[in-house]
Amino acid sequence: MTTTAFKEPVRETSPAATREPRRRTGRIRRTSLPYLLLLPALLLELLVHLVPMVIGIVMSFKELTQFYIRDWGSAPWSGLGNYKVSVDFDAPVGEALLHSFFVTVGFTLLSVGLCWLIGTAAAVFMQDTFRGRGLLRALFLVPYALPVYAAVITWVFMFQHDNGLVNHVLHDQLHLTGKPSFWLIGDNSFYALLTVSVWKGWPFAFLIVTAGLQNIPRELYEAAALDGAGTWQQIRRITLPSLRPVNQVLVLVLFLWTFNDFNTPYVLFGKAAPEAADLVSVHIYQASFVTWNFGTGSAMSVLLLLFLLVVTGGYLLLTSRGRRAFDV
Amino acid sequence: MSDSPMAPPRSFLWSRRIFLTLLTGFVLVPVYVMVSSSLKPLADVTGTFRWLPSGLTLRPYVDIWSTVPLATYFVNSLIVAGAATICSVMIAVFAAYAVSRYDFRGKRVFTVTVLSTQMFPGILFLLPLFLIYVNIGNATGIALFGSRGGLILTYLTFSLPFSIWMLIGYFDSVPRELDEAALVDGCGPLGALLRIVVPAAIPGIVAVAVYAFMTAWGEVLFASVMTDDTTRTLAVGLQGYSTLNDVYWNQIMAASLVVSVPVVAGFLLLQRYLVAGLTAGAVK
Repeated sequence: MTTTAFKEPVRETSPAATREPRRRTGRIRRTSLPYLLLLPALLLELLVHLVPMVIGIVMSFKELTQFYIRDWGSAPWSGLGNYKVSVDFDAPVGEALLHSFFVTVGFTLLSVGLCWLIGTAAAVFMQDTFRGRGLLRALFLVPYALPVYAAVITWVFMFQHDNGLVNHVLHDQLHLTGKPSFWLIGDNSFYALLTVSVWKGWPFAFLIVTAGLQNIPRELYEAAALDGAGTWQQIRRITLPSLRPVNQVLVLVLFLWTFNDFNTPYVLFGKAAPEAADLVSVHIYQASFVTWNFGTGSAMSVLLLLFLLVVTGGYLLLTSRGRRAFDV
Repeated sequence: MSDSPMAPPRSFLWSRRIFLTLLTGFVLVPVYVMVSSSLKPLADVTGTFRWLPSGLTLRPYVDIWSTVPLATYFVNSLIVAGAATICSVMIAVFAAYAVSRYDFRGKRVFTVTVLSTQMFPGILFLLPLFLIYVNIGNATGIALFGSRGGLILTYLTFSLPFSIWMLIGYFDSVPRELDEAALVDGCGPLGALLRIVVPAAIPGIVAVAVYAFMTAWGEVLFASVMTDDTTRTLAVGLQGYSTLNDVYWNQIMAASLVVSVPVVAGFLLLQRYLVAGLTAGAVK
């Protein structure tokens, strides 16, 4: 990409060249300049992410029900009460949360694994130019480009019991099922959610891996070919190892996005997700907005955040160390 | 690999053919369902699914505008996503330039903090943010809750972390000598940014803009809580078709297609920039 930068002509001297006498103010300005440049981003992140997060943590220690929503500051403190309710796995609330957590972990692992696998395979297969590659690449990005709700609504239609495509194909045309199945309620809903999530998610992996492949020096392949390595061997020995750093970030990002995904299950199932596909984000949304118990909802969110922090930290530690050992 | 001396073996070519064919089918079926169902008469979408329409009609495309106030939602989404994109890109350019070109105290803290906000479950700050917006409204009279402004503010921070991160990588790939030359010529740091670095980083900036627009256009959670009847965006408005007594699937598909076309067309036109931007920035 640096070549495009060089093509850009360096502009003519601007009239503001006579600034020599004000060097001292210039230096002060120079040290504060980076902060000034960062200020808008910082303020917005504070307002929309960090301050709400702190308030959310405070709220998790309060008994915040609908009676106090107008003036949440006056809600009584409840200490660790909300947390105790959330992790009391013998009581209904805690049990439901634990179930939802396991569903989410299983769903996330499967979805990320499949997205990564399909995305990488497609990117590697499309590394060579062939006729129609550009068209295919554009086509593959369509699920990613579609707005979530438009794509998911289409899947809702396809999963309909009476007039959907899935039952028509599986039952009417292939006769695989004895009678038409329900996809959006009951145990099947897990697979419905997984299908939609993979359909929407794999193009992102494809996009990132495609970009990552372009940074692998061509000479590596040429050298390997001279040494007699075939296509499959080149993929195994050069392509996949070279993608390690890209994969490290890609898998983490996919994991966090999938784990926190609210849009897909919310549009797919509406406000009440079936038990088999009760993802934790929708679960907490329900616990907060349907039962109006925001204190418990906040405590659950904080627990979720702690879990994600631990997983992310552990993951980065593990993969970085692995990579260092690999490099040596 | 294409000009390697050895042609790929048959096993590779066949695996590729089979894999890409299956994948194309998987990707295309929902797209086909969306397009074909939007052209079907109502009877075709209420009865057993048909691959081919019994007759083609453009009626759904006429009816969608009156069944729900789709035009209002459309304009709302356009304003919200457009404004969020412009602001987000501008702010990200400044922040990324600071991180890429200057050494200053707190640099690492800043980048780590900004990136880690990506980890937050949206649900954690939905309610607090809602309370903050309501309180700001009560204290200053600036209506953030229920307004497009509040949604713009929220969405632009959603795309900000990824945008900053990607642009840092992109700006790093623009040779420093170029802006040093501009500084010697008396441009000033902002002049160097706007005249040298930004033009050289256009692909990265376009990629970031596409990402920001898509994020804002597709968001559901905050839109469903923070909008009212007049400011509702497409993400929430589209659900209006299915809450009616009869589910007009042909209209839902037509509306889905109409709201998808701007983003999908834009994305496909600009996707080469996205790949180039990712190559130079994010995945380096």
